[in-house]
Parts: sequence; C-alpha cells; structure tokens
Amino acid sequence: MKRLRLAAAILACVLVLISVAGSFVPRFDYARQDREHVGSRPSSGHWLGTDDLGRDRFARLLQGTRISILLAPSAAVVSMLLAFAIGAVPGFAGGFAERAAVTAIDLVLSIPWLFLLLIVRAMLPLNTSPAASVTITFLVLGLLGWAAPARILLARARSVRQAEFIILARSTGIAPYRLLYRHVIPNLRPILLAQFWISVPIFILSEANLSILGLGVAEPLPSLGSLLRELETVLSLRADICRFAPLVMLVVIVSSLQIAVSGREVPS
Amino acid sequence: MNRRSFSLFVCLVLIGFLNTAVCWDELRFYLRSEPKTFNPLAVADDSSETVRYLTGGVLLRLNRETQKLEPGLASSWTVSKDGRTITFTLRPAIFFSDGTPFTAQDVKYTMDQLMDPELRSPTGDSFRSDNGKVNCTVLAPDKVAIHFPAPIAGLDRLFDQVAILSSQSPKKEMAVLGPYYVSDYKPGSLVYLRKNSNYWKHDSSGRQLPYISAIKLEIQSNRDLEMLKFSRGEIQLINALDAEYFDRLATSSPALVHDGGASLDSEQMWFNQVGTAPIPAYKRTWFTSRNFRRAISSAVNRNDLCRVVYNGHARPAFGPVSPANRFWFNSRLQPIPFNQKAALRLLQLDGFQLSAGKLRDREGHAVEFSIITNAGNRARERMAIMIQQDLVAIGITVNVVTLDFPSLIQRITQDFNYEAALLGLVNDDLDPDGQMNVWLSSSETHQWNPKQKTPATAWEADLDRLMRVQASSMDNQTRKKYFDKVQEIVADQAPFIYLVNKNALTAISPSVEGAKPVVLRPQTYWNIEYLKLAVERASNGK
Repeated sequence: MKRLRLAAAILACVLVLISVAGSFVPRFDYARQDREHVGSRPSSGHWLGTDDLGRDRFARLLQGTRISILLAPSAAVVSMLLAFAIGAVPGFAGGFAERAAVTAIDLVLSIPWLFLLLIVRAMLPLNTSPAASVTITFLVLGLLGWAAPARILLARARSVRQAEFIILARSTGIAPYRLLYRHVIPNLRPILLAQFWISVPIFILSEANLSILGLGVAEPLPSLGSLLRELETVLSLRADICRFAPLVMLVVIVSSLQIAVSGREVPS
Repeated sequence: MNRRSFSLFVCLVLIGFLNTAVCWDELRFYLRSEPKTFNPLAVADDSSETVRYLTGGVLLRLNRETQKLEPGLASSWTVSKDGRTITFTLRPAIFFSDGTPFTAQDVKYTMDQLMDPELRSPTGDSFRSDNGKVNCTVLAPDKVAIHFPAPIAGLDRLFDQVAILSSQSPKKEMAVLGPYYVSDYKPGSLVYLRKNSNYWKHDSSGRQLPYISAIKLEIQSNRDLEMLKFSRGEIQLINALDAEYFDRLATSSPALVHDGGASLDSEQMWFNQVGTAPIPAYKRTWFTSRNFRRAISSAVNRNDLCRVVYNGHARPAFGPVSPANRFWFNSRLQPIPFNQKAALRLLQLDGFQLSAGKLRDREGHAVEFSIITNAGNRARERMAIMIQQDLVAIGITVNVVTLDFPSLIQRITQDFNYEAALLGLVNDDLDPDGQMNVWLSSSETHQWNPKQKTPATAWEADLDRLMRVQASSMDNQTRKKYFDKVQEIVADQAPFIYLVNKNALTAISPSVEGAKPVVLRPQTYWNIEYLKLAVERASNGK
C-alpha cells in the first residue's frame, strides 16, 4: 500500500513537472488557431490533433493540467485557512462562538453550491484577463469550499478542548493563544492535511463543472474542465479518441492524489 | 371454453394490430420546450407557435415556399387604399373541430379578444398602429371588415398569425379550424394532436386533408436525444439542426438532411453606446465612433466563422436582412471584405496607433474590451474566440465572457454594464415592420442604445424617419425604397456588426412524403396537410 501511495505521489509530481516544462517549449502554443487544420487527427505537428478551432490539443492539455494542478491546491489552502478560522477556532473556544460557527456552517452547506458559484461568477468584472479570471475562479472555489472541512475541524477541536491534557494545561495558566498554537494545531494537523488533499481533486472537478457550463476559466486559457467540453455532445462518443485525453488526465490526477493521501492516518 | 378463449385471443390480437396501425399513421417530432399556452392569441414561444400552426385556422396563410399570401378561411380579401380597412369574404360551410359552425361573428370575436389589452397578446401588438379602437364589422354572414385607427403596412400578412376562435363553442380555444386539434396533453411529456375531421381543405382529387391522422409532439430539450431518436427512426422530423449533427447525418444518410441555404436568422455583435452605461468615457468614445465599429467589422474574418464554426453551413452577413428574404433584401449592399490593413487605416483616422503589437488610442489607452455571450451556446462561444484572435492581429485585446442567460439579459437590457455583446436575432417576419422595434431609437430593443428620448445621432434620426415613412406607405415598392435606405445606413454605420446568416438545416425521414423544406419557420412541416407517411400511402394503395 505504501508503495502504491509512493507511486501515485511520484506520478502526480511527474505530471506537474511535464505540464510546467511544456510552457517553456514555444511550439506548444495553446492559443494559436490553425484554421486550415480544424479537428485534425494526430500528426507530427499536432501530437493529439487539433480541436474544433484548430488549436493544438497537446499544448492545451499541458497548459490546462498546469492551471488545474497548480491552482487547485492554492484554492485548497484558502479553503483550509477559512475552515480553520471558522471551524477549529470556535470549536476550541466553545460557547456562543461554537454555536454561531455551527449555524454558519450548516447555512453554507445547505446552499446549493453550484448556483452560488454561478451567481458569484456572474458578478465578477467583465474586463479581466484570462489569467486573472482563472485565478478568480479558483479563489471563489476556495472561498466557498470551506464549510465541509470546517465541520470536521470543529468536531475535532471540540473533542480536543474536552481532552484531559488541555484541561491540565489550562489549569497551569497557559495563555489561550499558546494553548492553540502548542496543543490544538498539532492535534488538528493530520485532519487539515487530509482535508487539504481531499479538497484538491474536488476543486479540480468543481472547476470542470463550471467549465462544462461555459462559466469556468476564460478563453483562450484552457483548464482540464474546459477541455472536457469537447466531450459534451453525444457525437464525441464516436469521435477521435484524442478528445478523451483531458478526461484520462483528470482521472489520473484525481486518482493519484486520492491514492497518495488515502492511507494517511486520521485520528478519530 | 377453448373456442371462447381462442376468440378472445383473436380479438385481442386484432385490437392490438389496429392500435399499432393507428400508431403507424402518426408523425412524430420534438418540441424543445413546454408550450406555455394553447390559446392561439397569447402565443409567445416556439412550442406554442408549433401547436398554433398545426391546429389554428387562419384567414390567410403565407406560403413558406413562394413567400406569398394564399387564401385560407377567407376565399378573398381586399385592403382599402388608406390601409386602414381589410375586408374578408369567408368560405361557406366550414365547421370547427367540435362541429360548431364558422361565421363572420367568430372573426369579430377573435379580433375583439386579440385586441383586448388585458390579454397582452404579442400577435395583437402587431395590429396596434395608433391609439384608438380596432373595429370589426360583420357586413354579412360571410363578409367581415376590420377597421384600424391608422394605416398598417403589410396589413394582410399579419393575419397569417391570427388563428380564429369560436364565439359559440363551449370548448373555447380548444375548438379549432386547423388541420389538427389537441386530443391529449401530458405536461412535461407530450402533446398529442389528432386529425380534425371537419377540416375544410381538400386535395385536387377531392380527398379531405390532412393525410396524416395524428401528430405526437414529445417535449424534449436534449438535442443529442433528438438526434439519436431520429437516427433510430423514432421521430421523423428535425426542424433546426446544428451544423455538427447535420454533417454527421449527411455522412451516414445524405438523403435525410437538407441545407436550405441562408435562413432569416443572423448572428451579430454590437458595442454598448448607452450614454449612462457604467463604462469608461474613453471606451464610449471608441464605441460611438463609426470608424472604430467599421474597423472591427473589417478585421473579423466572416468566411472563417462560416467555415470553422458552422462547417460551411452559414453565409457571411453584412446587413440587417438576410438574402433569404427575397423581396426586402437590398442586393446593392456590398460584402465587407476581411482586411486588417484597411481596419488599421480606419482606426488611424480616429487617432489610434499600433505600437509594439498593442493598439492605443489618442490618449494612450490600450484598446481592450470584453465581449459577452450566453454560456452553453458553443457556436457563439467559438465565434467570440475567433474574433478574439482576429483582433489580436490589429493589437486589440478582447476578453470573452460567457454568462448565464438571465445575467446576460440583465446586463444588456437593465444595467447596460457591458462593452460588447454577441448574440443572434431570430427573425420570423419577412416584413420590415417586424424590425420596427429594433430600429426605432425609442425602442427597448434598439440594442446598442435603447429607449432614447430623442435620437442620439443624426443617422439614428434618419433611421426613425425612414422606418416610420415606410410603415405609413401602402405601396410595397415605395416601402422597399425606404427600407433599402435603412439597410444602407445600417451597413454604413455598423451599429450591429453582422457576422453570419445561419443556413436552415433540417432532417426529414424518408417515410415522410411531400416534404419541401424551406428557410422560413416551420421549415419542415409548413405544408403539413400535404405530408404523407410512407406506410399510409402503402395502405391506400392496397
């Protein structure tokens, strides 16, 4: 199991390295439209053929992977910071703060996130560059994706608060911030890490959902999600197999991330 | 006992066979949304329009093939010289689907209902030429005159949309004079139409029309499913096909698909010229400049849009009227050539300069704007991305933004918080009066700068004047002269940058005989009375 996790982690790293290295190769221009070779089959010029606007599929796959695989963890960091602030801190504090946090978490979890994302996405300024748009999209995902991890962190923080070693520490007169820093955070770290790794594929898939609705990253920048739009009609079932490349990439990335974190010990 | 069982079995088989036989003589196609109403006077959506077309009896019918009016329930008609009165002579001995007789009183009742302000009928709006009441006078049991407070250009063609209601039938709007009546409706699932046995029309051999006994209209918005069902022979018509599906079908079964050439529909982009719009002043200066708009128009490669986005099933558009509209199209308009050097020259006239690959205005602002379009419409998204690349070549940065449709409509009609938009115009009406709401500067759908109290520019004042003058004339040649001028002004000023006219792409099963697909709606079943199913013909032959 450990070897499998290691292999999955190495695979994820290799994919990151390849996608990042691709940006330094000028022939892989993800935006250039070769309108004379629209929807072409794989060739020496276009390794995975071209899409319906004549853009090189391989270049777009590299760029899309790079965007999704770099920005999804960033969104997960934002999400974990919020989850810690809204879940763990009130959970440890208890009382009114905890009740307010539980209410806020329940409220956010009850909101249909897809519609919320659509509304937030529609409110963004129009004149943002594709690079800014992709950052904003993932930032929005991070800002809205804190509730589920916050609930888990809150429950764990509550049990830590009631643990004997905390009561003992309190009785020694230790300052609350020091208590949080020295005793609570180390106890929550495994959960934070596990939730982080779970969030990464969730954010990649969420962005894919938005992109399939045409509301993800702005053109001409690709993401794994927007590349999946080539598969949105039934016609693609009989189409060029290279159209499935982003789907394969997404499955490989999500699976390798899940396998890499699946064996981590999470305290009960 | 055995004999009884056998007889029962035979009866059941026969009943089953007859039931199946009825199903054979059934035309099937999809409605892409739920019909909002079965009241033919309140129709405002495509699905309700389909039901109205198949069930409603009209005084005059526009022949979609010849684009000329033909007598319907009225055997003849005359329009007064002042364009305010139309007199119909009705056919005798016609009955509604429930057996109620059709009289001139029904025409009066229908017009009264249609013009009732509380109904808010879009069809009725076309008849509102001025303040004042529309009067309908029954001159004889078979003669009726309708008086309007002001002249209406192309008055007679408006009656193609007016399905006559019965003033006496207890079934109200469900009693119809058209070839079919609604026999069953399951919300969200289907509308079932059966042949109206009282339909007045007969073929040349005296046989009552329509030939097909029933029409099953399943409600289904999924185009993939529509395509699959058509391929399996489970539905027989597709009224509007996407280019990708068209080519797929054309490869496997070329006889099933039909490219009718340019339709009346156009795709266009425009810049926001609203004075109060929350956009920077320097951008408004760009957008209100004729040279800027014409430069953008020249820098867009329309041939590529047609070839790449529509697989060649579209024509470059360069004016407000499609060539499919044979009479009103201004053939003197010149195509806009794709010429990025000419575009740059036009921009230089306004003080724009291209340096280091970036176009800058007089004040040094880099030229950058966003184009909004509706998310999920792949063709529009692709066009916007291609325009983005075309404009990069002249140093302009374009940000393509796809929005869900309600947000988009909010921006272009309420907030005016956008810079450029790319959308399509569905055009059902051949007559220029149908475009009155687009060209009048006071109109809410004068998209680039709606609801103006007074025209913001001299050319918009000209458009207002010419549209009003053409609408007040009763002579079509005179009207055309004015409307040609409108088209020339629009082509010259480019408030709309017309991109393409999509072709009318249809699919018709070989089991449907007599179909003559056309570019006007409804493309495949406009001559529904004369359509036959192959099985039905075979059974007649026997």
